[in-house]
Amino acid sequence: MKRWLPLVVFLVLVGFFAKGLFLNPREVPSPYIGKPAPAFSLPLVGDPARSFSPADMKGQVWLLNVWAPWCVSCRHEHGFLMQLEQARVLPVVGLNWKDKEREAAALLARTGDPYLAVPDDVDGRVGIDYGVTGTPETFLIDRDGIVRLKHIGPIDGTVWQDKFVPKLKELGA
Amino acid sequence: MIPELGHFALIVALVLAVVQGTLPLVGAHRGHAAWMAVARPAAQGQFVFTAIAFACLAWSFLVNDFSVVNVARNSFSRLPEVYRITATWGSHEGSLLLWVLMLAFWTMAVSIFSRRLPEDMVARVIGVMGLVSVGFLAFLLTTSNPFLRMVPPAAEGSDMNPLLQDWGMIIHPPMLYMGYVGFAVAFAFAIAALLSGKLDAAWARWSRPWTTVAWAFLTLGIVLGSWWAYRELGWGGWWFWDPTENASFMPWIAGTALMHSLAVTEKRGAFKAWTVLLALTAFSLSLLGTFLVRSGVLSSVHAFATDPARGAFILGFLAVVIGASLALYAWRAPKMITGGQFTWFSREALLLANNVMLLAALGAVLLGTLYPLFIDALGMGKISVGAPYFNAVFVPLMAPVLFLMGVGPLARWKQASLPDMVARLKWALAVALATGLLLPLTLDGFNAWAALGFFLAAWIALAVFEAFRDRLRHGQGRLPARLAALPRGFWGMQLAHFGLAVGIAGITVVANYETDRDVRMEVGSHTQLAGYTFTFRGTTDREGPNYHAARATIEVSRNGRQLFTLHPEKRIYNASGMAMTEASLHPNIFRDVYVALGEPLDEANDVWAVRVYHKPLINWLWLGALFLVVGGFLAASDRRYRLATARAGAEPGMAGKALGAQA
Repeated sequence: MKRWLPLVVFLVLVGFFAKGLFLNPREVPSPYIGKPAPAFSLPLVGDPARSFSPADMKGQVWLLNVWAPWCVSCRHEHGFLMQLEQARVLPVVGLNWKDKEREAAALLARTGDPYLAVPDDVDGRVGIDYGVTGTPETFLIDRDGIVRLKHIGPIDGTVWQDKFVPKLKELGA
Repeated sequence: MIPELGHFALIVALVLAVVQGTLPLVGAHRGHAAWMAVARPAAQGQFVFTAIAFACLAWSFLVNDFSVVNVARNSFSRLPEVYRITATWGSHEGSLLLWVLMLAFWTMAVSIFSRRLPEDMVARVIGVMGLVSVGFLAFLLTTSNPFLRMVPPAAEGSDMNPLLQDWGMIIHPPMLYMGYVGFAVAFAFAIAALLSGKLDAAWARWSRPWTTVAWAFLTLGIVLGSWWAYRELGWGGWWFWDPTENASFMPWIAGTALMHSLAVTEKRGAFKAWTVLLALTAFSLSLLGTFLVRSGVLSSVHAFATDPARGAFILGFLAVVIGASLALYAWRAPKMITGGQFTWFSREALLLANNVMLLAALGAVLLGTLYPLFIDALGMGKISVGAPYFNAVFVPLMAPVLFLMGVGPLARWKQASLPDMVARLKWALAVALATGLLLPLTLDGFNAWAALGFFLAAWIALAVFEAFRDRLRHGQGRLPARLAALPRGFWGMQLAHFGLAVGIAGITVVANYETDRDVRMEVGSHTQLAGYTFTFRGTTDREGPNYHAARATIEVSRNGRQLFTLHPEKRIYNASGMAMTEASLHPNIFRDVYVALGEPLDEANDVWAVRVYHKPLINWLWLGALFLVVGGFLAASDRRYRLATARAGAEPGMAGKALGAQA
């Protein structure tokens, strides 16, 4: 039945593509795992007089979520972060990355704010320290300020269950 | 108001596309003339409304309407006017709109230039193209609306990617898309033939000029992209085997195979199933290319739309279009009775060998491009496949194709004589072998790759000469008149083949004999490369319309004689803060002298890292590619296609019957 062969080959390819859509080619093992989260101090969106530094979070297990108002995938992720916030799972800090148009405050006011604090990394320098290649990226940081997990791409229920929950159990949080 | 008008026009275009994709197909199936007649006006209407939508988007860019998200993200008030217009297709949404516009354009062209085709064929072709259009318009409107507004409007745009601010980039995407989408015509003809069950040679003749034109556009698009990368990326490379480049190269290889296979199907009625499959493959690979680039499945510098919803939509669409057409092919394949007996040494056999090897090369590129995805999807880790793989696999697979290129055009259909061929080509073979063996010795010692390249280039060029001699042998009259009397199809083919010889010579020389140097230069210091002396005269500040630049002055001399001055720049774009290297080059037919400014090493004293390149024969590459393009257009304009369509129109089905009888 060699006339069916092209179709069969194509369907196998489609299978790979479908799987590929949910993989991230840029997700390479992060050199930050097991290292202290790089220090920084940035003003907060909406309240530039105050600033945020990872040292403020000592003693807590928390997420550093790198996002941007111009990022489409971050909008998909936003709903899940709101659920985390409502269930008070753990504190989430939202690093506002390269927000040149200054849209973050208005956007959060409109769609809801899942973050404990939103440090404003307008020129993306802190992003460079964290090796950010795109948004969203999320770092799980433990009580001692050590990076335990890095996830590239939006978090949803599945990613959370598969990747974050086991790690959180390990950390006893 | 204008963006809303554009949005509305796009919705109307979708409605028309739905009409175009349904009524004519049903009409053709049932023999309902009135329904079939809907095809042309629907296609033309769709083009008009898509064009209105495109014009509205271009207008929004031109007048800096930053309340449109797409404009705010991809343009900038101080961007020069021409780039504000080209920014229209610089974004994901805009480039898809361009895709749809091109598809509508090709469909309209079919609706105009098909007056002499049977009505049911036209209805099916236009209907199939309408269905493709429905998918893309729905994709635009549901996931990638280019007319989305934001409240409040942005005060200023975030600027176009500086890399795209180049005139090579102005015309690269439209040409590329003309090619990609042009294969939709051959695809639609093949599907129409499968649907009607009339798998005679007529559809091959009809789709031949369309395929050749699309191929010529695709060639032009790919070359413009390569030429842009060469000048703009600042490190002198011209092909990177990047997934996005491969995405455009794969349809090109399939299209090349299709053009040659169509020739056999048209003239001899052979390879019918194979040709149909190639027509489906060429367009499928265009769609696949769109998917790979637009979905971000493969990591690539170009993949700027990493959004799973978009990827899922295109993949679903891809699965439906390609899956359905391959299923249709499998279902109808038994009806394709292949005709035309031929022996192992004949033009058919040589073209078949050409096709098989082209497809093998295509498979190698496809495998290399998708391999990282396969490995990742199977959970076996993350790898990347780079240029060494592609070069190691592609060159050996292409070498036999290029060798056969010399023989094929001289071989007769059905049965050629090997002793006769040897007698005619032995001088060419001897000269080409001598060139391959001796030329590298005069340059830089013997090198097997260079020898192979020179041999093939000389061989193809000499075979072109021999082909002309063969054609002119029996003519009468003066030489210019006899040359002018040769059909355009012959001229086009020979010009394209000769262009390939020129291009291979260029690639061989630049790949094996280019030299470069990375040096630290302070004001007044010199460096030497390939006999040229480069003197750094420092930098000055220059204000561009939307950037500021450090502009270096580098004097180039040879043997103490001042030749020319180059001004490479390092630009910082105001809006994005992105740094860009603007290389400066001095071209001539034998070489490019290419200078790029690296990083400032000591700004106070004006000390810079500077890269200088000597690129011998690089321009032969672009010249050869230009011959390919011109050859393609020339061949497509051959008057026998117009005569053939006229004949087919007068006696529908006759051509097919005649060929059937032959078989």
